[in-house]
Amino acid sequence: MTTAETGFFGRLSWDAFPIAGLIQTPNANEIVANSAAAVVLVGVVAVVGLLTWFRLWGPLWRDWLTSADHKKIGIMYIVFAIVMLARGVLEGVVMRAQQAAGPGDGFLEAEHFAELFSTHGTIMIFFVAVPFVFGLANFLIPLMIGARDVAFPVMNQISLGLTVSAGMMLMVSLVVGEFSTGGWTAYPPYTGAAFNPGVGPDYWIWAIVVSGIGTTLTGINFAVTIYKLRAPGMKFMRLPMYCWTIICSSILIVFAMPPLGVAALMLAADRYLDFHFFTNDLGGNMMNYANLFWLFGHPEVYLLVLPAYGIYSEVFSTFSAKRLYGYNSLVIATMSIAVLSFTVWLHHFFTMGQSALINAVFGIATMLIAIPTGVKVYDWMATLYRGRIRFSVPMLYGLAFLMLFVIGGLSGVILANPTVDYQVHNTLFLVAHFHNVLLPGVLFGLLAGYNYWFPKAFGFRLNEFWGRITVLLWTFGFMLTFLPLYFVGLMGMPRRSFSWENPDFHPYMIVAVLGALVILLALLSVIVQLWISIRDREKTRVPVGDPWDAHTLEWSIPAPPPPYNFAIIPQVTDRDDFAAAKERGAAYPTPDAYEDIAMPRNTGIGFLLCVLSGIWMFALVWWIWWLAALMTVLIILSFIAWTFQTDTEEVIPADEVRKQHQAWLDLVHNSTPVDRDYEAAPENRGLARPDLEAAT
Amino acid sequence: MDKRSEMHRRERRRYIVGYGGSLLLTLAVFTIAYKYGIQTKGVYLSIALLGLAQLIVQLVYFLHIDRRRSSREDLDLVLFSTLVLLIIILGTVWIMGNLAVRMHTYPM
Amino acid sequence: MKRAPTHSYPGLNLGRRHASADKASEVVTFGFWVFLMSDLVYFGLMFAIYITMIDAQAGGPGPHELYDLKSIFAQTLILLTSSLTVGLAMLALKYNLPRARIVLWFGVTLVLGLSFLVLEIRDFMAMADKGGIPQRSGFLSAFYGLVPLHGLHVATGCIWLIVLGIQLRLFGLTDRLMSRVVRLALFWHFLDLIWIGIITIVYFGGLSYG
Repeated sequence: MTTAETGFFGRLSWDAFPIAGLIQTPNANEIVANSAAAVVLVGVVAVVGLLTWFRLWGPLWRDWLTSADHKKIGIMYIVFAIVMLARGVLEGVVMRAQQAAGPGDGFLEAEHFAELFSTHGTIMIFFVAVPFVFGLANFLIPLMIGARDVAFPVMNQISLGLTVSAGMMLMVSLVVGEFSTGGWTAYPPYTGAAFNPGVGPDYWIWAIVVSGIGTTLTGINFAVTIYKLRAPGMKFMRLPMYCWTIICSSILIVFAMPPLGVAALMLAADRYLDFHFFTNDLGGNMMNYANLFWLFGHPEVYLLVLPAYGIYSEVFSTFSAKRLYGYNSLVIATMSIAVLSFTVWLHHFFTMGQSALINAVFGIATMLIAIPTGVKVYDWMATLYRGRIRFSVPMLYGLAFLMLFVIGGLSGVILANPTVDYQVHNTLFLVAHFHNVLLPGVLFGLLAGYNYWFPKAFGFRLNEFWGRITVLLWTFGFMLTFLPLYFVGLMGMPRRSFSWENPDFHPYMIVAVLGALVILLALLSVIVQLWISIRDREKTRVPVGDPWDAHTLEWSIPAPPPPYNFAIIPQVTDRDDFAAAKERGAAYPTPDAYEDIAMPRNTGIGFLLCVLSGIWMFALVWWIWWLAALMTVLIILSFIAWTFQTDTEEVIPADEVRKQHQAWLDLVHNSTPVDRDYEAAPENRGLARPDLEAAT
Repeated sequence: MDKRSEMHRRERRRYIVGYGGSLLLTLAVFTIAYKYGIQTKGVYLSIALLGLAQLIVQLVYFLHIDRRRSSREDLDLVLFSTLVLLIIILGTVWIMGNLAVRMHTYPM
Repeated sequence: MKRAPTHSYPGLNLGRRHASADKASEVVTFGFWVFLMSDLVYFGLMFAIYITMIDAQAGGPGPHELYDLKSIFAQTLILLTSSLTVGLAMLALKYNLPRARIVLWFGVTLVLGLSFLVLEIRDFMAMADKGGIPQRSGFLSAFYGLVPLHGLHVATGCIWLIVLGIQLRLFGLTDRLMSRVVRLALFWHFLDLIWIGIITIVYFGGLSYG
């Protein structure tokens, strides 16, 4: 079948549904595939059912889907990320089980295993790590810099819509057709039309293109927000460390997403229009793809890990009751990493065949990154040094990070040596390395941030006990799963193998699958913690808003914050402005006058574009040309129609602001400040007694 | 009002100067191409340099990028973008060119 | 903070209008600059791909058979002139010139943009007649990945121009619309810059090397 000769539904037919496979050949492989599809369908039905039962459609639409409030958009990003995380973890467990079931072929078919590692990688990077990072940043950036919203609130909503619709494509691929088997990197010519004529790579391409657009828009949004909307007095060198990491991340996004978009669109041109960018014949060159992909891929890992560094910086500083040590050096280190990350992409393909000189240059550039990273690690340790450390949940994540991340970083330095890389290229050693930086580095950081800022977002603290259990499970689950992979990697076990024969690998595979089960428990524990915290929320409320005696501006306002964040835009005089104000006894000032506040009005454009782009992608994947054309026109028209809207802001009258703010100030003055010893106790209502001893 | 029309004249002049400069450079490029052909390295080099000059003329006169304080942010942005772009393009050409030579992909 | 009377963005000194609109316009314009730089990387990569694939002609037609410098010269002049007229249109709006002048410069810009596209498409058709279609070779794929991408941007600019014209007619010259006109002008100038890259690298580079 060629692209020209397709019917009303394109190439979509009954065989595309996995149930057809189960009926034809009932075996373990098909049962796993169908269970996955069933989980998606049951999940959708359950969500729809619950929403209808509790009559939540109205509030969902009014308060969330159409909201342009950066805090709500941030929360929606994180909910989406956690749903996708559940799928990614489950896939990881199935993969570890498959390899532990060896030697031999295990219970899955090779194709299915390939789909698993492709979706696992794609989901974890693009639909867990990225949205989680963006969710936190969305929530925090305006609060930290003293702004009322991001620079482009509606564009923010559109970014979320595009990211979610792209993520939904991966869910749809479970139920209709199949996903790519080409790994998260989707190297052609394997993913080209000649070898892979099915829909799999097309799902990958369009999910990547659409989420890439969303990501780029977010990067622009954050960069401009931090650049232009800082509160008066908030000079660059007074920015919280977290904002510095986000501004560097945004720069990486703006310059590193285009290579991915270019690579994916060129692959699409090859597959759909018979171009010859990456084909084997007529002058195509797949190495161009590898080059483009990693021009994106390497900055990508830093755009994920830098915000996590920012979170750790805030956490270490707060829970050591000290100022962040070496702020200037941390800023310089962050910026150096951001720039250096553009100069190392070749280390992902040392074995492609270029000269030793080129390999040496990029190897050295790669090793250089260890220097600023080392500076950071020492700064964090110096922040801890002689601090009054509280071993709260975010701090425990931080400590696990410090120890484990150094191992991951050092294995990266080993890999940066081209001669070593030739030996372990494409083995599980590499898999162990990048999980070792991505789990303790990115995921632990995000979870630390989730625990740290949760009370700010919802007004009550997360359960401390279950939080600690979660930290333990993640930490040991990670170590059991991935540290053995270093050893089998050195023994020569290739990554992505659904089948293996060497009996020496077996014990390691067994340990790894046990670790994967512990990680599964860790995921459950995250959910249990959330459940119990919601159940006990009356005992942990922190309406005053500063449960951790923290340093930065976001803690100087109520929890949860009002839609306009700051009743009065703060005047910043210090790097840790709120901490300085508390020391002076000048926190919670009563303003002289209030002003009307203009906030962006609700709009449905983000949701509309989410739906339209979802249908557009589906139509393109299945060659339903009329539908794709229709959606293209509708997307353009709805965007143009949106620009005709003039009434985009609504005003909150000064009186209303005054009433809310005064009520909160009364609460502040009537609350009893608590010592740090009672941080986790019900007495902690969010008003901190300044820790004067540590502050001096 | 007088001051406004003065400003208007100044801004308009700026555009027209930019246009004139770009026009001259374009004509120069095409004249060179017609007169000498573009087979030799020297000719191509001069064409490339004239192209670069035209980029700068348009940046300054049309896009108002210069070293005044008010456009410093844009200048920084453009310079940083140029740096990244150079890394990306030169890196790509270096790597892929080297691969082509080593793999005898094309007649070099 | 008192702002200097001259501003970086042409047309940004809204003068009599209040400061918050000025600030909002500055934020949006800076955001648009960042977007343009991201877009610039797209083009930069396509240039890099073109350079690496210039030899990948696979026995198909090359630059000497396909490129028509006369047409390129005409397109260059058209695009350059439209860059001037879009600037003049913006100045006409900013200084409240008579409506006829505003309509004239916008109209001329649109006509120039469209004629650029017509010439470009004619070029592509002429190339196709000589066997220069993107399916023929890696070199042609790279060409068609880059030059029509620029054309697509010009087409987007034309649609934007039409939409803005309608909005100006409907709403009059509001702060928001003025800021959009400023961004359109930036976009248009940016496309001119890309075009200089295209004639220098794609056309002259292709002819001198291939």
